Amino acid sequence: MKNLLMIGWKTIRKPSGYYSLGALVIGGFIAGIIFWGGFNTALEITNTEEFCISCHEMENNVYEELKTTIHFSNRSGVRATCPDCHVPHNWTDKIARKMKASKEVWGAIFGTINTREKFLVHRKRLAQNEWERLKANDSLECRNCHNFDYMDFTEQSERASKQHSGALATGEKTCIDCHKGIAHQLPDMKGVEGW
Amino acid sequence: MKNLNLASIAGLMALVLAPVFISFTVNAADKAEINTVATLRDHTEIDEQKVPNRIPKVVNKDIKQARNYPMQPPLIPHTIRSYEVNKNNNKCMSCHSRQRTEESQAPMVSVTHFMNRDGNFLAEISPRRYFCNQCHVTQLDAKPLVENTFIDMHSLMKQKISSDKEH
Repeated sequence: MKNLLMIGWKTIRKPSGYYSLGALVIGGFIAGIIFWGGFNTALEITNTEEFCISCHEMENNVYEELKTTIHFSNRSGVRATCPDCHVPHNWTDKIARKMKASKEVWGAIFGTINTREKFLVHRKRLAQNEWERLKANDSLECRNCHNFDYMDFTEQSERASKQHSGALATGEKTCIDCHKGIAHQLPDMKGVEGW
Repeated sequence: MKNLNLASIAGLMALVLAPVFISFTVNAADKAEINTVATLRDHTEIDEQKVPNRIPKVVNKDIKQARNYPMQPPLIPHTIRSYEVNKNNNKCMSCHSRQRTEESQAPMVSVTHFMNRDGNFLAEISPRRYFCNQCHVTQLDAKPLVENTFIDMHSLMKQKISSDKEH
């Protein structure tokens, strides 16, 4: 085993005795483009709704619930897909989230939530993860579409404009503090602040 | 003889079939009459698919509406789309419960909601008053399908007083 590793290491260390420097540089460059392009393409594929609901856990639970909400069907036809809210758009944050998602692959393989009953048992924990994430980043995923600076309070109902120009404007509260359960059904909210 | 027979058969046929024809026409008239009652289907024939009416908007003005009689459950003056009221949560209570009203400035649920059926007060709203939508409803910005003949008690009393004065 150790010998095998040493052979590999020596090969990497040895200067090229056959290929020209140009071939290596240009070849490396092209291979780099293909690798990076492939990596990003794969990343983008895992960032589509079709990919998310290819697991029945997602399709039969959260996706079905989303269908009834305003983020799925509404007057203007703009809709939010799973990654719009659940994957950060910023590259480093996105990679961090993707690495965390490897635990979800584990869950999918071992069927942690492969029935509705199991899903409901875990629902509160899963929801709390998302609330914490949105609370920590000041509801960034909401704000990717709902920009506070362009909100017209006069178009909002009286109650909404009061809340938005008060607690939200001062930064005392963030979207998720009030708008929990806006896209999916809620878990048991006992002990959750504001309920 | 043969001619007479034919004539009599024709006569008999006419006698037998006439009520059937009449009943057909009467039925059609009846149907037209029946269809004058206002329904969601209006005058659409039974074999036709009606083009659905527009769905009216929920009144979302946050302005309290007067009650038509003292015991009337107050109407909800805002939208309640996707509000969950189930075993796990009661979205209404996240504003209207006693503990939440200071922050939300929403009216607190009436004290009767804390009473059990024997009239004892509980710490939380009583399970029998848990499902808000059983009594409290939103209003639609729509023309009523049928005329409402409800008369407010005060109007009735005023009417009586004025008619008594006349006599």
